[in-house]
Amino acid sequence: MANPEEIEESSDEIVKKMMFVMRKAPHGTINPYEGLEVMLIVAAYDQDLSAVFLDDGVYAIKKGQDPKEIGVKDFSTTFRVLPGYGIEKIYVEKESLENRGLTVEDLLLEVEVVDKSEVTKLMQEQDVLFPF
Amino acid sequence: MGVKLKFGILILEGPYQHQSSDSAYNFAIAALEKGHEVSGVFLYNDGVNNATSFGDPPQDDRNVQEKWSKLAQEKGIDIVVCIAAGKRRGLIDDNLIKGTRISGLGQLTDLAISTDRLVTFGD
Repeated sequence: MANPEEIEESSDEIVKKMMFVMRKAPHGTINPYEGLEVMLIVAAYDQDLSAVFLDDGVYAIKKGQDPKEIGVKDFSTTFRVLPGYGIEKIYVEKESLENRGLTVEDLLLEVEVVDKSEVTKLMQEQDVLFPF
Repeated sequence: MGVKLKFGILILEGPYQHQSSDSAYNFAIAALEKGHEVSGVFLYNDGVNNATSFGDPPQDDRNVQEKWSKLAQEKGIDIVVCIAAGKRRGLIDDNLIKGTRISGLGQLTDLAISTDRLVTFGD
């Protein structure tokens, strides 16, 4: 049996490809908000991180949100800190944007637009997917 | 047997409303029976409710929380309740099932890094 200290040391050096999969509208479920909280914590661990926004998840990073009238905190602008936290690869699925009549101009983050088949390929390359 | 894997399990839904927790439990049992390792279970979103000691379902139904508690104690599986998600939903040290503990999202990150597969059960 290996010495626990050695295990800890070796796991420090592991760098995995991890992707956050954001699929839900910003309000209606807590998933995007608590998903964002996971992103901010995992970002401290020097892993190879990325995020993809698809389905109604594209609304989570739509500009001009004002949820005051539903009595909920606006966390959308916090997504802007992601590149500064080391999550620089941020993808948006092309079909999800188009189906909702949105363009990159409507988003509050700089993103790379990729089509469904590219999203599939990106997911296949990951070691870990965090779906929220 | 074939390759022995280390699994981490992430549960995002509470008991009863969704099947996620039952499926995660069945997955854990099946993995252990096949000789794999379950390194830990992390409870997040409404998944934290799987650790409440206040559950008291009708006697002719399964008790999801109790099943997890037994698994943790009998197999020594580390079941962690996210502190932030737990506080939001009223899960604190006082009302946790035996065999579980409260900690932070760093534990989820460690689980993702140290296991061969992180399997998520959600809606």
